[in-house]
Amino acid sequence: MQFGIFTVGDVTTDPTTGRTPDDTERVRNMLTIAKHADEAGLDVFATGEHHNPPFVPSSPTTMLGYLAGVTTNITLSTSTTLITTNDPVRLAEEYAMLQVIADGRMDLMMGRGNTGPVYPWFGQDIRQGIPLAIENYALLRRLWTEDVVDWSGKFRTPLQGFTSTPRPLDGVPPFVWHGSIRSPEIAEQAAFYGDGFFHNAIFWPMEHTAQMVNFYRQRFEHYGHGQADQAIVGLGGQVFMNKDSQRAVSEFRPYFDNAPVYGHGPSLEDFSRDTPLTVGSPQQVIDRYGKFREQVGDYQRQLFLMDHAGLPLKTVLEQIDLLATEVVPVLRREAEAARPAHVPANPPSHAERVAAARAAGSLPEQHVAAADHWTGRTAEDDLEAADAVSR
Amino acid sequence: MSERSIVVISAGLSQPSSTRLLADRLADATVTELAARGITARVHNVELRDLAHEVVNTMLTGFATGELATALEAVKGADGVIAVTPVFSASYAGLFKSFVDVLEPDALSGVPVLLGATGGSARHSLAIDYALRPLFGYLHADVQPTSVFAATDDWATAGGDDSHPLPSRIRRAGRELAETVADREPSAPAGLYDAVPSFSDLLGPA
Repeated sequence: MQFGIFTVGDVTTDPTTGRTPDDTERVRNMLTIAKHADEAGLDVFATGEHHNPPFVPSSPTTMLGYLAGVTTNITLSTSTTLITTNDPVRLAEEYAMLQVIADGRMDLMMGRGNTGPVYPWFGQDIRQGIPLAIENYALLRRLWTEDVVDWSGKFRTPLQGFTSTPRPLDGVPPFVWHGSIRSPEIAEQAAFYGDGFFHNAIFWPMEHTAQMVNFYRQRFEHYGHGQADQAIVGLGGQVFMNKDSQRAVSEFRPYFDNAPVYGHGPSLEDFSRDTPLTVGSPQQVIDRYGKFREQVGDYQRQLFLMDHAGLPLKTVLEQIDLLATEVVPVLRREAEAARPAHVPANPPSHAERVAAARAAGSLPEQHVAAADHWTGRTAEDDLEAADAVSR
Repeated sequence: MSERSIVVISAGLSQPSSTRLLADRLADATVTELAARGITARVHNVELRDLAHEVVNTMLTGFATGELATALEAVKGADGVIAVTPVFSASYAGLFKSFVDVLEPDALSGVPVLLGATGGSARHSLAIDYALRPLFGYLHADVQPTSVFAATDDWATAGGDDSHPLPSRIRRAGRELAETVADREPSAPAGLYDAVPSFSDLLGPA
Protein backbone atom coordinates (compact mmCIF):
# COMPACT_ATOMS: atom_id res chain seq x y z
CA MET A 1 0.00 0.00 0.00
CA GLN A 2 1.19 3.46 -0.87
CA PHE A 3 1.24 6.37 1.57
CA GLY A 4 1.94 9.92 0.58
CA ILE A 5 0.96 13.55 0.80
CA PHE A 6 -1.12 15.82 -1.38
CA THR A 7 -1.16 19.57 -1.41
CA VAL A 8 -3.69 22.18 -2.41
CA GLY A 9 -1.03 24.87 -2.60
CA ASP A 10 -2.99 27.46 -0.66
CA VAL A 11 -1.39 30.68 0.48
CA THR A 12 -2.85 31.19 3.94
CA THR A 13 -1.91 33.49 6.78
CA ASP A 14 -0.51 31.67 9.80
CA PRO A 15 -3.17 32.55 12.40
CA THR A 16 -0.70 32.24 15.27
CA THR A 17 1.80 34.77 13.86
CA GLY A 18 -0.19 36.76 11.31
CA ARG A 19 2.52 36.04 8.73
CA THR A 20 1.59 35.28 5.11
CA PRO A 21 4.13 33.78 2.70
CA ASP A 22 4.28 35.31 -0.77
CA ASP A 23 3.68 33.19 -3.86
CA THR A 24 7.38 32.60 -4.50
CA GLU A 25 7.97 31.38 -0.95
CA ARG A 26 4.93 29.12 -1.14
CA VAL A 27 6.05 27.50 -4.39
CA ARG A 28 9.56 26.97 -2.97
CA ASN A 29 8.05 25.50 0.20
CA MET A 30 6.06 23.05 -1.89
CA LEU A 31 9.30 21.90 -3.57
CA THR A 32 11.00 21.53 -0.17
CA ILE A 33 8.05 19.55 1.16
CA ALA A 34 8.06 17.19 -1.84
CA LYS A 35 11.84 16.59 -1.58
CA HIS A 36 11.50 16.01 2.14
CA ALA A 37 8.68 13.50 1.60
CA ASP A 38 10.94 11.61 -0.83
CA GLU A 39 13.86 11.59 1.62
CA ALA A 40 11.56 10.49 4.46
CA GLY A 41 10.48 7.49 2.39
CA LEU A 42 6.88 8.41 1.57
CA ASP A 43 5.54 6.89 -1.64
CA VAL A 44 3.60 9.71 -3.30
CA PHE A 45 3.66 13.49 -3.69
CA ALA A 46 0.65 14.98 -5.46
CA THR A 47 0.02 18.63 -6.26
CA GLY A 48 -3.27 20.35 -6.93
CA GLU A 49 -3.92 22.58 -9.93
CA HIS A 50 -5.56 25.96 -9.47
CA HIS A 51 -5.97 29.10 -11.52
CA ASN A 52 -7.11 31.54 -8.89
CA PRO A 53 -5.63 33.05 -5.73
CA PRO A 54 -4.95 32.16 -2.95
CA PHE A 55 -3.58 29.06 -4.69
CA VAL A 56 -0.19 28.96 -6.45
CA PRO A 57 0.14 25.64 -8.33
CA SER A 58 -1.08 26.63 -11.79
CA SER A 59 1.53 24.62 -13.71
CA PRO A 60 1.82 21.11 -12.28
CA THR A 61 4.04 19.55 -14.94
CA THR A 62 6.65 22.29 -14.55
CA MET A 63 6.75 21.59 -10.82
CA LEU A 64 6.66 17.81 -11.15
CA GLY A 65 9.23 17.82 -13.95
CA TYR A 66 11.68 19.61 -11.68
CA LEU A 67 10.87 17.25 -8.82
CA ALA A 68 11.45 14.26 -11.08
CA GLY A 69 15.04 15.47 -11.41
CA VAL A 70 15.72 16.07 -7.72
CA THR A 71 13.91 13.11 -6.12
CA THR A 72 14.71 9.42 -6.38
CA ASN A 73 11.87 7.14 -5.33
CA ILE A 74 8.69 9.07 -4.75
CA THR A 75 5.83 8.77 -7.27
CA LEU A 76 4.79 12.17 -8.58
CA SER A 77 1.11 12.77 -9.11
CA THR A 78 -1.66 15.38 -9.21
CA SER A 79 -4.63 16.16 -7.00
CA THR A 80 -6.20 17.01 -9.33
CA THR A 81 -5.52 17.74 -13.00
CA LEU A 82 -8.39 19.77 -14.41
CA ILE A 83 -9.84 17.64 -17.19
CA THR A 84 -12.59 20.21 -17.78
CA THR A 85 -10.82 23.51 -18.39
CA ASN A 86 -7.51 22.21 -19.76
CA ASP A 87 -7.21 21.39 -23.43
CA PRO A 88 -6.94 17.59 -23.55
CA VAL A 89 -4.35 17.93 -26.32
CA ARG A 90 -2.09 19.93 -24.03
CA LEU A 91 -2.68 17.43 -21.21
CA ALA A 92 -1.69 14.54 -23.49
CA GLU A 93 1.50 16.34 -24.48
CA GLU A 94 2.49 17.69 -21.07
CA TYR A 95 1.90 14.50 -19.11
CA ALA A 96 3.57 12.29 -21.73
CA MET A 97 6.55 14.64 -21.49
CA LEU A 98 6.50 14.37 -17.70
CA GLN A 99 6.23 10.59 -17.96
CA VAL A 100 9.36 10.43 -20.13
CA ILE A 101 11.30 12.88 -17.93
CA ALA A 102 10.27 11.04 -14.73
CA ASP A 103 11.05 7.70 -16.38
CA GLY A 104 7.55 6.48 -15.54
CA ARG A 105 7.70 7.49 -11.85
CA MET A 106 4.40 9.39 -12.07
CA ASP A 107 0.67 9.08 -12.51
CA LEU A 108 -2.12 11.64 -12.49
CA MET A 109 -5.59 12.22 -11.15
CA MET A 110 -8.39 13.79 -13.13
CA GLY A 111 -10.77 16.19 -11.43
CA ARG A 112 -13.31 18.73 -12.57
CA GLY A 113 -12.62 21.75 -10.38
CA ASN A 114 -15.43 23.47 -8.54
CA THR A 115 -14.54 27.15 -8.86
CA GLY A 116 -17.23 28.64 -11.10
CA PRO A 117 -15.33 31.57 -12.69
CA VAL A 118 -12.35 29.41 -13.71
CA TYR A 119 -14.52 27.76 -16.35
CA PRO A 120 -15.40 30.92 -18.31
CA TRP A 121 -11.82 32.17 -17.96
CA PHE A 122 -10.84 29.10 -19.98
CA GLY A 123 -13.80 29.33 -22.33
CA GLN A 124 -15.94 26.69 -20.62
CA ASP A 125 -19.14 26.43 -18.56
CA ILE A 126 -19.25 24.76 -15.14
CA ARG A 127 -22.72 23.39 -15.89
CA GLN A 128 -21.03 21.26 -18.58
CA GLY A 129 -18.55 19.87 -16.04
CA ILE A 130 -19.46 16.19 -16.40
CA PRO A 131 -19.81 16.20 -20.23
CA LEU A 132 -16.45 18.06 -20.44
CA ALA A 133 -14.77 15.51 -18.17
CA ILE A 134 -16.12 12.66 -20.30
CA GLU A 135 -15.37 14.03 -23.76
CA ASN A 136 -11.96 15.47 -22.86
CA TYR A 137 -10.77 12.28 -21.19
CA ALA A 138 -11.99 10.11 -24.06
CA LEU A 139 -9.90 12.28 -26.42
CA LEU A 140 -6.89 12.27 -24.07
CA ARG A 141 -6.87 8.47 -24.06
CA ARG A 142 -6.98 8.32 -27.85
CA LEU A 143 -4.11 10.80 -28.11
CA TRP A 144 -1.99 8.55 -25.90
CA THR A 145 -2.94 5.22 -27.45
CA GLU A 146 -3.30 6.10 -31.17
CA ASP A 147 -0.39 7.55 -33.14
CA VAL A 148 -2.55 9.54 -35.55
CA VAL A 149 -5.89 10.88 -34.40
CA ASP A 150 -8.84 12.20 -36.40
CA TRP A 151 -11.38 13.57 -33.96
CA SER A 152 -14.30 15.91 -33.60
CA GLY A 153 -16.44 16.66 -30.57
CA LYS A 154 -18.45 19.33 -28.85
CA PHE A 155 -15.92 21.22 -26.77
CA ARG A 156 -12.76 21.83 -28.81
CA THR A 157 -11.77 22.37 -32.40
CA PRO A 158 -11.57 19.17 -34.49
CA LEU A 159 -8.32 17.35 -35.17
CA GLN A 160 -7.25 15.84 -38.48
CA GLY A 161 -4.08 13.78 -38.67
CA PHE A 162 -2.85 14.92 -35.26
CA THR A 163 -0.04 13.15 -33.44
CA SER A 164 0.62 14.02 -29.79
CA THR A 165 4.31 13.97 -28.92
CA PRO A 166 6.30 12.68 -27.20
CA ARG A 167 4.64 9.30 -27.53
CA PRO A 168 4.08 7.70 -24.07
CA LEU A 169 7.07 6.01 -22.47
CA ASP A 170 7.45 2.44 -23.80
CA GLY A 171 4.16 2.94 -25.65
CA VAL A 172 2.20 2.74 -22.37
CA PRO A 173 0.35 5.84 -21.10
CA PRO A 174 0.51 6.94 -17.45
CA PHE A 175 -1.87 5.37 -14.96
CA VAL A 176 -4.89 7.59 -14.36
CA TRP A 177 -7.06 8.15 -11.31
CA HIS A 178 -10.39 9.91 -11.31
CA GLY A 179 -11.16 11.97 -8.24
CA SER A 180 -14.65 12.88 -7.18
CA ILE A 181 -16.39 13.53 -3.89
CA ARG A 182 -20.04 13.44 -4.80
CA SER A 183 -20.49 12.71 -8.52
CA PRO A 184 -21.18 9.03 -9.14
CA GLU A 185 -20.80 9.69 -12.90
CA ILE A 186 -17.06 10.05 -12.29
CA ALA A 187 -16.91 6.78 -10.33
CA GLU A 188 -18.74 5.25 -13.32
CA GLN A 189 -16.13 6.74 -15.68
CA ALA A 190 -13.23 5.35 -13.63
CA ALA A 191 -14.90 1.93 -13.55
CA PHE A 192 -15.62 1.93 -17.29
CA TYR A 193 -11.95 2.40 -18.17
CA GLY A 194 -10.59 0.27 -15.35
CA ASP A 195 -8.78 3.35 -14.01
CA GLY A 196 -8.24 4.18 -10.35
CA PHE A 197 -10.83 6.00 -8.23
CA PHE A 198 -9.77 8.49 -5.57
CA HIS A 199 -12.17 9.79 -2.97
CA ASN A 200 -10.93 12.86 -1.18
CA ALA A 201 -12.61 11.97 2.07
CA ILE A 202 -11.22 14.82 4.16
CA PHE A 203 -14.40 16.88 4.29
CA TRP A 204 -16.85 13.98 4.33
CA PRO A 205 -18.14 11.34 6.70
CA MET A 206 -16.57 7.95 5.97
CA GLU A 207 -20.01 6.36 5.37
CA HIS A 208 -20.45 8.59 2.33
CA THR A 209 -16.96 7.73 1.09
CA ALA A 210 -17.67 4.03 1.51
CA GLN A 211 -20.87 4.29 -0.56
CA MET A 212 -19.07 5.98 -3.46
CA VAL A 213 -16.11 3.58 -3.35
CA ASN A 214 -18.35 0.55 -3.25
CA PHE A 215 -20.36 1.87 -6.19
CA TYR A 216 -17.09 2.22 -8.15
CA ARG A 217 -16.01 -1.29 -7.14
CA GLN A 218 -19.28 -2.84 -8.35
CA ARG A 219 -19.11 -0.98 -11.67
CA PHE A 220 -15.41 -1.92 -12.10
CA GLU A 221 -16.45 -5.57 -11.88
CA HIS A 222 -19.46 -4.94 -14.15
CA TYR A 223 -17.15 -3.64 -16.89
CA GLY A 224 -14.99 -6.76 -16.65
CA HIS A 225 -11.75 -5.35 -15.26
CA GLY A 226 -11.59 -7.84 -12.40
CA GLN A 227 -13.37 -8.51 -9.15
CA ALA A 228 -14.81 -5.59 -7.19
CA ASP A 229 -12.17 -5.98 -4.50
CA GLN A 230 -9.41 -5.70 -7.12
CA ALA A 231 -10.40 -2.18 -8.20
CA ILE A 232 -7.79 0.50 -7.51
CA VAL A 233 -8.88 2.83 -4.73
CA GLY A 234 -7.27 5.86 -3.09
CA LEU A 235 -8.42 8.00 -0.18
CA GLY A 236 -7.62 11.45 1.10
CA GLY A 237 -6.83 11.98 4.77
CA GLN A 238 -5.93 14.71 7.18
CA VAL A 239 -3.95 14.42 10.42
CA PHE A 240 -1.97 16.50 12.86
CA MET A 241 0.28 14.68 15.30
CA ASN A 242 2.30 15.14 18.41
CA LYS A 243 3.57 12.34 20.65
CA ASP A 244 1.58 14.12 23.36
CA SER A 245 -1.97 14.01 22.00
CA GLN A 246 -3.15 17.00 24.07
CA ARG A 247 -0.36 19.09 22.60
CA ALA A 248 -1.40 18.01 19.10
CA VAL A 249 -4.88 19.39 19.79
CA SER A 250 -3.72 22.66 21.32
CA GLU A 251 -1.15 23.25 18.54
CA PHE A 252 -3.56 22.50 15.70
CA ARG A 253 -6.68 24.20 17.06
CA PRO A 254 -5.87 27.77 15.91
CA TYR A 255 -5.15 26.46 12.40
CA PHE A 256 -8.35 24.45 12.42
CA ASP A 257 -10.50 27.29 13.75
CA ASN A 258 -9.27 29.65 11.03
CA ALA A 259 -8.87 27.20 8.15
CA PRO A 260 -10.20 28.47 4.81
CA VAL A 261 -12.62 25.58 4.25
CA TYR A 262 -14.13 24.60 7.58
CA GLY A 263 -12.92 27.39 9.86
CA HIS A 264 -15.45 29.22 12.01
CA GLY A 265 -17.81 26.29 11.57
CA PRO A 266 -17.93 23.01 13.47
CA SER A 267 -15.65 22.44 16.43
CA LEU A 268 -12.40 20.51 16.02
CA GLU A 269 -13.94 17.74 18.10
CA ASP A 270 -17.13 17.53 15.98
CA PHE A 271 -15.20 17.64 12.72
CA SER A 272 -12.81 14.95 13.97
CA ARG A 273 -15.77 12.74 14.83
CA ASP A 274 -17.53 13.27 11.49
CA THR A 275 -14.58 13.17 9.07
CA PRO A 276 -11.19 11.39 8.87
CA LEU A 277 -9.45 14.38 10.50
CA THR A 278 -7.40 12.94 13.34
CA VAL A 279 -5.54 15.21 15.73
CA GLY A 280 -3.56 13.37 18.36
CA SER A 281 -0.74 10.91 18.84
CA PRO A 282 0.71 8.80 16.01
CA GLN A 283 -0.95 5.79 17.65
CA GLN A 284 -4.36 7.48 17.38
CA VAL A 285 -3.74 8.03 13.66
CA ILE A 286 -2.75 4.38 13.27
CA ASP A 287 -5.88 3.23 15.11
CA ARG A 288 -8.19 5.38 12.98
CA TYR A 289 -6.65 4.95 9.53
CA GLY A 290 -5.99 1.24 10.02
CA LYS A 291 -9.75 0.72 10.20
CA PHE A 292 -10.79 2.46 6.97
CA ARG A 293 -10.17 -0.74 5.02
CA GLU A 294 -13.07 -2.26 6.95
CA GLN A 295 -15.38 0.33 5.31
CA VAL A 296 -13.95 0.73 1.81
CA GLY A 297 -12.13 -2.59 1.35
CA ASP A 298 -8.38 -3.11 0.93
CA TYR A 299 -7.15 -0.03 -0.89
CA GLN A 300 -3.96 0.98 -2.60
CA ARG A 301 -3.20 4.61 -1.84
CA GLN A 302 -3.66 6.83 1.20
CA LEU A 303 -2.75 10.50 0.80
CA PHE A 304 -2.57 13.01 3.63
CA LEU A 305 -3.09 16.75 3.51
CA MET A 306 -0.24 18.23 5.57
CA ASP A 307 0.67 21.72 4.32
CA HIS A 308 -2.42 23.87 4.56
CA ALA A 309 -4.27 26.43 6.68
CA GLY A 310 -1.09 28.48 7.17
CA LEU A 311 0.97 25.80 8.96
CA PRO A 312 4.64 26.90 8.85
CA LEU A 313 7.12 24.92 6.76
CA LYS A 314 9.06 23.67 9.80
CA THR A 315 5.89 22.17 11.29
CA VAL A 316 4.94 20.54 7.99
CA LEU A 317 8.36 18.89 7.70
CA GLU A 318 8.07 17.60 11.29
CA GLN A 319 4.63 16.19 10.49
CA ILE A 320 6.04 14.41 7.45
CA ASP A 321 8.77 12.88 9.63
CA LEU A 322 6.22 11.67 12.19
CA LEU A 323 4.07 10.24 9.44
CA ALA A 324 6.95 8.47 7.73
CA THR A 325 8.64 7.07 10.84
CA GLU A 326 5.84 6.44 13.35
CA VAL A 327 2.70 5.85 11.31
CA VAL A 328 3.34 4.56 7.81
CA PRO A 329 5.51 1.53 8.68
CA VAL A 330 2.81 0.22 11.03
CA LEU A 331 -0.10 0.95 8.69
CA ARG A 332 1.76 -0.62 5.78
CA ARG A 333 2.52 -3.76 7.77
CA GLU A 334 -1.08 -4.06 8.97
CA ALA A 335 -2.50 -3.48 5.48
CA GLU A 336 -0.14 -6.03 3.98
CA ALA A 337 -1.04 -8.63 6.61
CA ALA A 338 -4.78 -8.14 6.03
CA ARG A 339 -4.72 -8.00 2.22
CA PRO A 340 -5.93 -11.11 0.36
CA ALA A 341 -3.39 -12.35 -2.21
CA HIS A 342 -5.58 -11.58 -5.23
CA VAL A 343 -5.95 -7.89 -4.29
CA PRO A 344 -3.25 -5.59 -5.66
CA ALA A 345 -1.02 -4.10 -2.96
CA ASN A 346 -0.31 -0.93 -4.94
CA PRO A 347 -1.62 0.93 -7.94
CA PRO A 348 0.10 -0.41 -11.05
CA SER A 349 3.61 0.96 -11.62
CA HIS A 350 4.86 1.86 -15.08
CA ALA A 351 6.93 -1.34 -15.25
CA GLU A 352 3.91 -3.44 -14.32
CA ARG A 353 1.77 -1.71 -16.92
CA VAL A 354 4.41 -2.32 -19.60
CA ALA A 355 4.63 -6.00 -18.61
CA ALA A 356 0.83 -6.30 -18.67
CA ALA A 357 0.61 -4.66 -22.09
CA ARG A 358 3.31 -7.01 -23.43
CA ALA A 359 1.53 -10.02 -22.02
CA ALA A 360 -1.74 -8.86 -23.58
CA GLY A 361 0.05 -8.34 -26.92
CA SER A 362 -1.30 -4.80 -27.07
CA LEU A 363 2.04 -3.04 -27.07
CA PRO A 364 2.62 -1.21 -30.33
CA GLU A 365 5.89 -1.53 -32.25
CA GLN A 366 8.47 0.83 -30.88
CA HIS A 367 7.44 4.23 -32.10
CA VAL A 368 9.85 6.33 -34.12
CA ALA A 369 8.62 9.82 -34.79
CA ALA A 370 8.08 10.19 -38.48
CA ALA A 371 9.75 12.95 -40.43
CA ASP A 372 7.93 16.25 -40.19
CA HIS A 373 6.22 16.72 -43.50
CA TRP A 374 4.45 19.90 -42.53
CA THR A 375 6.92 22.43 -41.16
CA GLY A 376 10.60 23.16 -41.09
CA ARG A 377 11.44 21.63 -44.42
CA THR A 378 10.47 22.59 -47.88
CA ALA A 379 9.25 20.09 -50.40
CA GLU A 380 12.56 20.58 -52.22
CA ASP A 381 14.42 19.47 -49.09
CA ASP A 382 12.35 16.38 -48.75
CA LEU A 383 11.33 15.05 -52.11
CA GLU A 384 10.31 11.73 -50.68
CA ALA A 385 7.89 13.36 -48.25
CA ALA A 386 6.50 15.71 -50.85
CA ASP A 387 6.01 12.72 -53.09
CA ALA A 388 4.22 10.81 -50.32
CA VAL A 389 1.92 13.73 -49.57
CA SER A 390 0.99 14.34 -53.16
CA ARG A 391 0.23 10.64 -53.61
CA MET B 1 -54.00 -0.10 4.97
CA SER B 2 -51.31 1.75 3.06
CA GLU B 3 -48.78 4.07 4.60
CA ARG B 4 -47.41 7.53 3.82
CA SER B 5 -44.67 9.63 5.31
CA ILE B 6 -45.44 13.21 6.38
CA VAL B 7 -42.54 15.45 7.39
CA VAL B 8 -43.38 18.47 9.54
CA ILE B 9 -40.83 21.28 9.46
CA SER B 10 -41.17 23.88 12.19
CA ALA B 11 -38.91 26.93 12.42
CA GLY B 12 -40.17 28.47 15.66
CA LEU B 13 -37.44 29.68 17.99
CA SER B 14 -39.19 30.10 21.34
CA GLN B 15 -40.06 27.23 23.66
CA PRO B 16 -42.96 26.57 23.60
CA SER B 17 -43.56 28.00 20.17
CA SER B 18 -46.82 28.98 18.49
CA THR B 19 -45.19 27.94 15.19
CA ARG B 20 -44.76 24.40 16.50
CA LEU B 21 -48.32 24.54 17.84
CA LEU B 22 -49.64 25.41 14.37
CA ALA B 23 -47.43 22.74 12.78
CA ASP B 24 -48.79 20.10 15.17
CA ARG B 25 -52.40 21.14 14.45
CA LEU B 26 -51.80 20.95 10.69
CA ALA B 27 -50.16 17.54 11.10
CA ASP B 28 -53.06 16.25 13.21
CA ALA B 29 -55.60 17.45 10.64
CA THR B 30 -53.64 15.78 7.83
CA VAL B 31 -53.26 12.51 9.75
CA THR B 32 -57.00 12.46 10.53
CA GLU B 33 -57.96 13.08 6.91
CA LEU B 34 -55.51 10.43 5.67
CA ALA B 35 -56.91 7.93 8.17
CA ALA B 36 -60.40 8.64 6.82
CA ARG B 37 -59.02 7.55 3.43
CA GLY B 38 -57.59 4.33 4.83
CA ILE B 39 -54.01 5.60 4.98
CA THR B 40 -51.69 5.49 7.99
CA ALA B 41 -49.39 8.46 8.24
CA ARG B 42 -45.92 8.28 9.72
CA VAL B 43 -45.15 11.76 11.03
CA HIS B 44 -41.54 12.90 11.26
CA ASN B 45 -41.09 16.17 13.14
CA VAL B 46 -38.17 18.36 12.15
CA GLU B 47 -37.70 21.02 14.81
CA LEU B 48 -35.21 23.44 13.26
CA ARG B 49 -34.27 25.05 16.56
CA ASP B 50 -32.61 21.77 17.59
CA LEU B 51 -30.70 21.64 14.29
CA ALA B 52 -29.67 25.30 14.12
CA HIS B 53 -25.94 24.77 14.73
CA GLU B 54 -25.84 21.79 12.38
CA VAL B 55 -27.56 23.81 9.63
CA VAL B 56 -24.89 26.53 9.82
CA ASN B 57 -22.09 23.95 9.95
CA THR B 58 -23.49 22.31 6.84
CA MET B 59 -23.53 25.63 5.01
CA LEU B 60 -19.83 26.02 5.89
CA THR B 61 -18.57 22.47 5.37
CA GLY B 62 -20.87 21.22 2.63
CA PHE B 63 -21.95 18.02 4.36
CA ALA B 64 -24.62 17.20 6.93
CA THR B 65 -24.18 14.84 9.85
CA GLY B 66 -26.17 13.44 12.75
CA GLU B 67 -29.75 14.56 13.30
CA LEU B 68 -29.65 16.99 10.40
CA ALA B 69 -28.63 14.23 8.00
CA THR B 70 -31.57 12.19 9.29
CA ALA B 71 -33.92 15.16 8.76
CA LEU B 72 -32.68 15.73 5.20
CA GLU B 73 -33.17 12.04 4.41
CA ALA B 74 -36.71 12.23 5.82
CA VAL B 75 -37.54 15.21 3.60
CA LYS B 76 -36.15 13.37 0.58
CA GLY B 77 -38.39 10.38 1.25
CA ALA B 78 -41.51 12.36 2.24
CA ASP B 79 -44.92 11.82 0.61
CA GLY B 80 -46.04 15.18 1.95
CA VAL B 81 -44.40 18.09 3.77
CA ILE B 82 -45.87 20.60 6.20
CA ALA B 83 -43.59 23.65 6.46
CA VAL B 84 -44.29 26.30 9.08
CA THR B 85 -42.23 29.37 9.89
CA PRO B 86 -42.62 32.46 12.01
CA VAL B 87 -42.67 35.73 10.06
CA PHE B 88 -39.59 37.75 10.97
CA SER B 89 -38.94 41.17 9.42
CA ALA B 90 -41.69 40.67 6.84
CA SER B 91 -40.51 37.25 5.59
CA TYR B 92 -39.73 33.66 6.60
CA ALA B 93 -37.28 33.17 9.45
CA GLY B 94 -33.61 33.07 8.45
CA LEU B 95 -33.23 29.63 10.00
CA PHE B 96 -36.10 28.37 7.85
CA LYS B 97 -34.42 29.62 4.67
CA SER B 98 -31.07 28.22 5.78
CA PHE B 99 -32.64 24.78 6.14
CA VAL B 100 -34.15 25.11 2.67
CA ASP B 101 -30.70 26.11 1.41
CA VAL B 102 -29.10 22.88 2.63
CA LEU B 103 -31.79 20.64 1.10
CA GLU B 104 -30.60 18.77 -1.96
CA PRO B 105 -31.72 20.64 -5.09
CA ASP B 106 -34.47 18.20 -6.08
CA ALA B 107 -35.56 17.18 -2.59
CA LEU B 108 -39.00 18.82 -2.85
CA SER B 109 -39.56 18.50 -6.58
CA GLY B 110 -43.17 17.38 -7.10
CA VAL B 111 -43.73 16.87 -3.37
CA PRO B 112 -47.09 18.10 -1.95
CA VAL B 113 -46.36 20.90 0.51
CA LEU B 114 -48.69 22.63 2.95
CA LEU B 115 -47.43 26.06 3.99
CA GLY B 116 -48.06 27.72 7.34
CA ALA B 117 -46.79 30.82 9.09
CA THR B 118 -47.24 32.60 12.39
CA GLY B 119 -46.95 36.26 13.37
CA GLY B 120 -47.94 38.81 15.94
CA SER B 121 -50.79 40.26 13.93
CA ALA B 122 -52.83 39.45 10.84
CA ARG B 123 -51.03 42.25 8.99
CA HIS B 124 -48.23 39.73 8.20
CA SER B 125 -50.54 37.13 6.70
CA LEU B 126 -49.56 37.83 3.08
CA ALA B 127 -45.96 36.83 3.82
CA ILE B 128 -47.00 33.29 2.86
CA ASP B 129 -48.01 34.48 -0.61
CA TYR B 130 -45.21 36.91 -1.42
CA ALA B 131 -42.32 35.05 0.29
CA LEU B 132 -43.07 31.36 0.90
CA ARG B 133 -44.96 30.52 -2.30
CA PRO B 134 -42.27 31.87 -4.68
CA LEU B 135 -39.60 29.98 -2.71
CA PHE B 136 -41.45 26.68 -2.96
CA GLY B 137 -42.35 27.42 -6.56
CA TYR B 138 -38.63 27.65 -7.30
CA LEU B 139 -38.17 24.26 -5.60
CA HIS B 140 -40.87 22.77 -7.89
CA ALA B 141 -42.90 21.74 -4.86
CA ASP B 142 -46.59 20.95 -5.32
CA VAL B 143 -47.81 23.75 -3.03
CA GLN B 144 -51.37 23.19 -1.81
CA PRO B 145 -53.96 25.92 -2.52
CA THR B 146 -54.79 26.55 1.13
CA SER B 147 -52.08 27.79 3.44
CA VAL B 148 -52.61 28.81 7.03
CA PHE B 149 -51.45 31.95 8.77
CA ALA B 150 -52.05 32.20 12.52
CA ALA B 151 -51.71 35.52 14.31
CA THR B 152 -51.73 35.79 18.10
CA ASP B 153 -55.45 36.66 18.01
CA ASP B 154 -56.24 33.43 16.15
CA TRP B 155 -55.50 31.41 19.28
CA ALA B 156 -58.46 33.09 21.07
CA THR B 157 -61.57 31.02 21.61
CA ALA B 158 -63.31 32.16 18.45
CA GLY B 159 -60.20 31.60 16.39
CA GLY B 160 -59.83 35.35 15.77
CA ASP B 161 -62.03 35.32 12.71
CA ASP B 162 -65.78 34.93 12.94
CA SER B 163 -66.41 33.53 9.47
CA HIS B 164 -63.21 31.41 9.04
CA PRO B 165 -61.85 30.59 12.47
CA LEU B 166 -58.38 29.00 12.67
CA PRO B 167 -59.64 25.44 13.34
CA SER B 168 -61.71 25.45 10.17
CA ARG B 169 -58.78 26.76 8.11
CA ILE B 170 -56.54 24.05 9.58
CA ARG B 171 -59.10 21.35 8.75
CA ARG B 172 -59.44 22.56 5.19
CA ALA B 173 -55.66 22.71 4.67
CA GLY B 174 -55.20 19.24 6.18
CA ARG B 175 -57.93 17.85 3.91
CA GLU B 176 -56.31 19.29 0.79
CA LEU B 177 -52.89 17.91 1.65
CA ALA B 178 -54.36 14.51 2.56
CA GLU B 179 -56.27 14.34 -0.74
CA THR B 180 -53.16 15.16 -2.77
CA VAL B 181 -50.98 12.71 -0.86
CA ALA B 182 -53.61 9.95 -1.09
CA ASP B 183 -53.87 10.40 -4.87
CA ARG B 184 -50.16 9.82 -5.39
CA GLU B 185 -48.08 6.67 -5.34
CA PRO B 186 -46.06 6.37 -2.14
CA SER B 187 -42.53 7.65 -2.64
CA ALA B 188 -40.27 4.67 -3.23
CA PRO B 189 -36.97 4.58 -1.37
CA ALA B 190 -34.62 5.07 -4.33
CA GLY B 191 -31.22 3.36 -4.31
CA LEU B 192 -28.50 5.95 -3.82
CA TYR B 193 -27.04 5.57 -7.30
CA ASP B 194 -30.06 4.20 -9.17
CA ALA B 195 -30.24 7.27 -11.37
CA VAL B 196 -26.61 7.22 -12.53
CA PRO B 197 -26.58 6.79 -16.30
CA SER B 198 -24.44 4.00 -17.70
CA PHE B 199 -21.16 5.13 -19.19
CA SER B 200 -22.21 4.45 -22.77
CA ASP B 201 -25.08 6.92 -22.24
CA LEU B 202 -22.64 9.42 -20.75
CA LEU B 203 -20.23 8.94 -23.65
CA GLY B 204 -22.97 9.55 -26.20
CA PRO B 205 -23.01 8.38 -29.83
CA ALA B 206 -19.56 7.46 -31.11
